[in-house]
Amino acid sequence: MEARSRRPLRSPLVVTPALIAVVGLTLSACGARAGDASESGAAGAPASCVDTSGDTVKIGSLNSLSGTMAISEVTVRDSIALAVEQINASGGVLGKQLQIVAEDGASEPTIFAEKADKLISSDCVAAVFGGWTSSSRKAMLPVFEDNDALLYYPVQYEGLEASKNIFYTGATTNQQIVPALDYLKEKGVKSLYLVGSDYVFPQTANREIRAYAEANGIEIRGEDYTPLGSTDFSTIVNKVRSADADAVFNTLNGDSNVAFFREYTNAGLTAADMPVVSVSIAEEEVAGIGAQNIAGQLTAWNYYQTVDSPENTAFVEAYKAKYGQNKPTSDPMEAAYTSVHLWKNTVEKAGSFAVPDVRAAADGVSFDAPEGTVVVDGDNHHISKTARIGEIRPDGLIYTVWESPAPIEPDPFLESYDWAGDLN
Amino acid sequence: MDVVVGQLFTGLSIGSILLLAALGLSLTFGQMGVVNMAHGEFIMAGSYTAYVVQQVTSAGGASLLISLVAGFLVGGLMGALLEVTLIRRMYHRPLDTLLVTFGVGLILQQLARDIFGAPAVNVVAPDFLSGGVDVLGAVIPKTRIFILVLAIAAVSILALAMKTTPMGRRIRAVVQNRDLAETSGISSRRTDISTFFIGSGLAGVAGVALTLVGSTSSTVGQSYLIDAFLVVVVGGLGQIKGAVIAAFALGILNSFVEYSTTASVAKVVVFVLIVAFLQARPQGLFAVKTRSLV
Repeated sequence: MEARSRRPLRSPLVVTPALIAVVGLTLSACGARAGDASESGAAGAPASCVDTSGDTVKIGSLNSLSGTMAISEVTVRDSIALAVEQINASGGVLGKQLQIVAEDGASEPTIFAEKADKLISSDCVAAVFGGWTSSSRKAMLPVFEDNDALLYYPVQYEGLEASKNIFYTGATTNQQIVPALDYLKEKGVKSLYLVGSDYVFPQTANREIRAYAEANGIEIRGEDYTPLGSTDFSTIVNKVRSADADAVFNTLNGDSNVAFFREYTNAGLTAADMPVVSVSIAEEEVAGIGAQNIAGQLTAWNYYQTVDSPENTAFVEAYKAKYGQNKPTSDPMEAAYTSVHLWKNTVEKAGSFAVPDVRAAADGVSFDAPEGTVVVDGDNHHISKTARIGEIRPDGLIYTVWESPAPIEPDPFLESYDWAGDLN
Repeated sequence: MDVVVGQLFTGLSIGSILLLAALGLSLTFGQMGVVNMAHGEFIMAGSYTAYVVQQVTSAGGASLLISLVAGFLVGGLMGALLEVTLIRRMYHRPLDTLLVTFGVGLILQQLARDIFGAPAVNVVAPDFLSGGVDVLGAVIPKTRIFILVLAIAAVSILALAMKTTPMGRRIRAVVQNRDLAETSGISSRRTDISTFFIGSGLAGVAGVALTLVGSTSSTVGQSYLIDAFLVVVVGGLGQIKGAVIAAFALGILNSFVEYSTTASVAKVVVFVLIVAFLQARPQGLFAVKTRSLV
């Protein structure tokens, strides 16, 4: 996901270089697909300096601990630490204890790239876990490919990417947005209104939604973007009202959601008349919006704190015991927790910490995650995930109202969907 | 019809929010010529005051009224403190003032993040302000009507105070001719403090009002600061009536352009029109001879 920050970027001075970076990296990273470039990347890679002779093995945790993304990414760091603690308590990986080297990406893609290089080249970590915004991922991608190192990226994103050096443990579009559209279609929704923040993730997502809608006879009544951090939604809510669509698809992020839902509720629009499906609102965000303003609205993710499974009960209990009873668990946190376990299982299957061995062994590796059993696809490096549509309730938690009957196989390039032919 | 009514009201509402954010600035920037980049953080302080008041009392109309008073005092005291400690020392150095107050703004933001956490906090609007009123087919949120009334009240009280009270007269005297005012026995130092107190206090009130429609987080002030400066510049420095007309004109322009295009385009169109307007009329809508900025 791109910049799912709760706070807007601060000033044009900050935004402009960030945008330039995003655009530049988007262009340069296109077409980097697993398999395609496997020979060229590995050939020039320096020899790995990972030392596996001792009792401990180092892994990197690279998250924004400062800057605008810190609030979201700190929770990811915490759940990575929890997973490592549990793995160490149960004997480690291949008999070796894990040691976390934590670095701060500072909400800046360039710093993510620098720190990734440091973790790989001077700390000699066996794998790196972290990253949140798409721009941070795209900045790190060449570093991992050039060094033939491993990154586990735990956040849902806009798809259309697959690197042989990254494992994507968050949802790609066919595990989040497409099921949400299927759900709406099944509920008889014939028209949609699209509202999003004006940057990469919503624009890409809405392109995919338009393609889906065209193929499925759903009318798009309107498509509106607001600048990041925009706080006045009265005009957009007026437009949404007069468009009178069956549902609203919301890809806004950060504080804009607060203003949007307040305006929406105050204008007398309700979940019963015109439900809003959001893809960037998790448990933590609901508190800031105010549950009273958003109760009844829908979200699309793969995991909620309320998921009913023994694995999730254990995860939520362990998390709250370590970090506080009032801390909710959310989708990206669960995906980060899962990513560490998946790496452990892959290393143990390979019997080696070496990246080529891990990559070769990855296909079919599974883990009984809090969201349900997930399986790594060795071809595109994504994982199968159960899609869940959730309803936000007045207690501030999200409850599953629909879930896919089985985990959905990842299809980052939407190749199995006829309507998506023009997107790549 | 309902679209026109709805958008007209939206424009008035955006205008009233701009006006509340800009009113304090029209005193500190317009009258005193201080470029206070921390003005947005005084708005933020008002928002968090509303949050704290609501935590202490309960969510309801009383909490909102207490918040408005407390927000004014908190914003005002922070402004007075800033004036006494820093701004006083650089009255003839506008560039330094800009940088220093920008720094103060960043410090205040981080402080808010450390105290209240980075995610937005939730301020609940009182029951009698939830929902909307149906006017000619358009639904107008009650919170926005409240803000419109509050903005008009704030402007009226400020205008009246400037005209009739001794303090208002002192402020105007110091603005028009500092030396002459001093020789007439007015303490310009005390007048500066009270001007800053009122201007920053109004920012606090704006912050309280904003909790009704937007999010309460550490960056709330930043999103209104530039617009507030625009209103003051377009209205003409030191002119309350200019700020009123500019705020509503920008609000209505913005709402109609946004309705027929998009939010991003509306922002661009409004900026282009402002630039064109200031080319033709650099002094803004209204101009008086004051102790000038430069």
